[in-house]
Amino acid sequence: MIPELEKFKGFSAKRLPKEEGLASGHRGCQGCGEVLALRMVMKALGKDVIVCSATGCMEIITSPYPQSAWNVPWIHVAFENAAAVASGVESALKVLRRKGKLPKKHIDVVAVGGDGATGDIGLQWISGAFERGHDMVYVCLDNEAYMNTGVQRSGCTPYGAMTTTSPPGKKSIGQVTWKKNIPQIMVAHNIPYVATASPAYYLDLMNKIKKAAMVNGPAYVHIYSPCPTGWGSRGEKSVEYARLAVETKVFPLYEVIEGKYIVSRKITKPKPVSEYLKGQRRFRHLTEENIAYIQKRVDEEYEKILRLAELT
Amino acid sequence: MAKRVGIEVSIAIAEAVKLAQAEVVAAYPITPQTHIVEHLSELVADGELDAEFIPVESEHAALSTCCGSVAAGARTYTATSSQGLMLMSEVLYVASGMRLPIVMTVANRALSAPISIWNDHQDIMTQRDCGWIQTFAENGQEAVDLTLHAFRVAEDRKVSLPMIVNIDGFTLSHVIEPIELPDQADVDRYLPPFKPKYKLDPKKPISMGPVGIPEVYTEARMAHDQAIKNAKRWIIKAWDEFEEVFGRRYNPVEEYRTEDAEIVLVTMGSISETAMTAVDKMRDEGKKVGLLKIRLWRPFPGPEFRKAAKGAKVLAVVDRTLAPGASSGPVGEELRTVFYKVPGAPKIFNFIAGLGGRDVTVERFEEMVDKAASYAKKRPKELYEVIGVREK
Amino acid sequence: MAVQDAIIGWKTITHGCHVLEPGSTRHFKTGDWRSMRPVVDKEKCIKCGMCYIFCPDMCYSQTEEGYYEANMDYCKGCGICANECPKDAITMVPEEEE
Repeated sequence: MIPELEKFKGFSAKRLPKEEGLASGHRGCQGCGEVLALRMVMKALGKDVIVCSATGCMEIITSPYPQSAWNVPWIHVAFENAAAVASGVESALKVLRRKGKLPKKHIDVVAVGGDGATGDIGLQWISGAFERGHDMVYVCLDNEAYMNTGVQRSGCTPYGAMTTTSPPGKKSIGQVTWKKNIPQIMVAHNIPYVATASPAYYLDLMNKIKKAAMVNGPAYVHIYSPCPTGWGSRGEKSVEYARLAVETKVFPLYEVIEGKYIVSRKITKPKPVSEYLKGQRRFRHLTEENIAYIQKRVDEEYEKILRLAELT
Repeated sequence: MAKRVGIEVSIAIAEAVKLAQAEVVAAYPITPQTHIVEHLSELVADGELDAEFIPVESEHAALSTCCGSVAAGARTYTATSSQGLMLMSEVLYVASGMRLPIVMTVANRALSAPISIWNDHQDIMTQRDCGWIQTFAENGQEAVDLTLHAFRVAEDRKVSLPMIVNIDGFTLSHVIEPIELPDQADVDRYLPPFKPKYKLDPKKPISMGPVGIPEVYTEARMAHDQAIKNAKRWIIKAWDEFEEVFGRRYNPVEEYRTEDAEIVLVTMGSISETAMTAVDKMRDEGKKVGLLKIRLWRPFPGPEFRKAAKGAKVLAVVDRTLAPGASSGPVGEELRTVFYKVPGAPKIFNFIAGLGGRDVTVERFEEMVDKAASYAKKRPKELYEVIGVREK
Repeated sequence: MAVQDAIIGWKTITHGCHVLEPGSTRHFKTGDWRSMRPVVDKEKCIKCGMCYIFCPDMCYSQTEEGYYEANMDYCKGCGICANECPKDAITMVPEEEE
């Protein structure tokens, strides 16, 4: 166990931090599950934080000049490089503190990116930052496609999903590849903390963010972020889908602390994936056969996590 | 006392960065920039420079990291070349637009294809419009002095723009020259600690890098353009102060034997040294030839150049970049614009020379001067000419 | 309107386009995006705060009596609060109806 985590008791529903890192008036869509997740992330982090955003929905909707939704210091440089920008911020704080130019007080450095910024275009920058061991948290808000540019497929788009660049047709079922497993790639960097989270389980999400911030060195939290606009789902259902993804084993919640897998929520009576897929326009073209395949693969992937938890 | 030592120019630049007390250095190795960052990593490893040396995974990450560190309030330095500069190109524009005062050395090198590690100016000319202040060094002493000057200017709150010091790859970066390394006390007198007006600070949260809708984008670009143009007076003032502290004088455009010169060569960077030798030779032969060396490339010192070129009948402008399909080289174009419809303006002829490490010899400069003289009588077909190119 | 806010001259635009006022999107009222509004039935409300924690627009705040109220200046009418309320105490009603 990591010593800095031992004292952490966790947040409680009764005593949530009042402070908001983000202000109302941001331009997020109705029912945006991503900004909801981001709100929870910021609530867990508090005031002593510097946020480095990748280009994407969250960057656009929070920074319409001359306004900003951010109540904490925030920087956006480009799409792929949030982890490198965070490396620079963290290194600056380190050297300035050492030289007595900054108070000793700890400031969390957090990079935030979508699934495209994290798993596709920005993967190298994160890999570099993690390999170098910067004390930072990288948060991926995964809404499973390039939503900001108009719902194009990413490496994190799930199998079978319809996007504007993975359209189903006579010769295609939509996205033909299985969702890229970004958390596992991060685990391979041997960083002290990796976790997956869902805004439906808000205390779990906030606790994981807090732990990620508390550990020394790089930490990664992958957050499932429903997007009603891109998924063709109803805005009021965003938290419901975030919950269903966990209950159907589509998005398993777990932590990897110093290489040890811990399943956060073991799903003993899973709901069928069909329950998760229905009501999302991106999946409505799928046949029974397609859904059966997805069910089989989801079960297999979930088993892998359980086995890793046993092994480690 | 400042000491004069025989030292490789790259090492001397690293020593200048140490004298400037840079706090974050993020860099990725690329020939011919490597010796600068190797030496900096040594200085940090030996505890001679109290800085974070970040060995990043690419040039794009190098400059991205620099954006983060300078925004958080640390004095920041990087160096690159050629393909590396191209890879970080996206971030160059962001850094200047966000007014982040990073200092960077570019060891100028050719661009692929074919791949070439040798010197010309094709890398930096692709970044002509990136909104950074840019100077060119001619020798090792200048490389050191301009590095200190760059920190002084970039971090000045009245400027607050990133700055590139260009040095020619190999022909300057890898040569050993006698260089006077300034005293720490003098450098401290010249270069105050970095105190940015705005930085990332939880005590006073600001947002950097927001979205600019069409209603605001033009104004943002205009503000940037005015900022770099206004920077010229602070660039010159910082050279005035440099002279007071260190006794060496720098100007936006340097003149060499231009008094009564009819034909004036125009150069940038280390070939200026050969050009001076060529001018001396031609002067000895009685030819009225002079030389103008562009030290400040961005913002371009138009009025200073016109003043320096006063009286010249012909300008033989050397570009070390071939811009395929363009009307002429970038320096040639710049000067034609600067002299457009100016009464008594000299005739301008543009020569492309010294690509991909090819030497520009004294003879080549003589050839350019002779050609410019004859073109002044009979206009050539093309607006530029590639010097020393073989046909078969 | 954001567009009017952005009518700024080049001489007055901030340094590097930095936004100096934190949380300044609060000057932009997103309430007019709404076609449905949440109505809370205090009889059913158990003050659990699920509406507060699941609101993507930070609309809800607690009153002195412990109930939660949505700020209609910002509520976009997404209906997550109504969907997540464990006691079905929140109903989404069309805006034109009183």
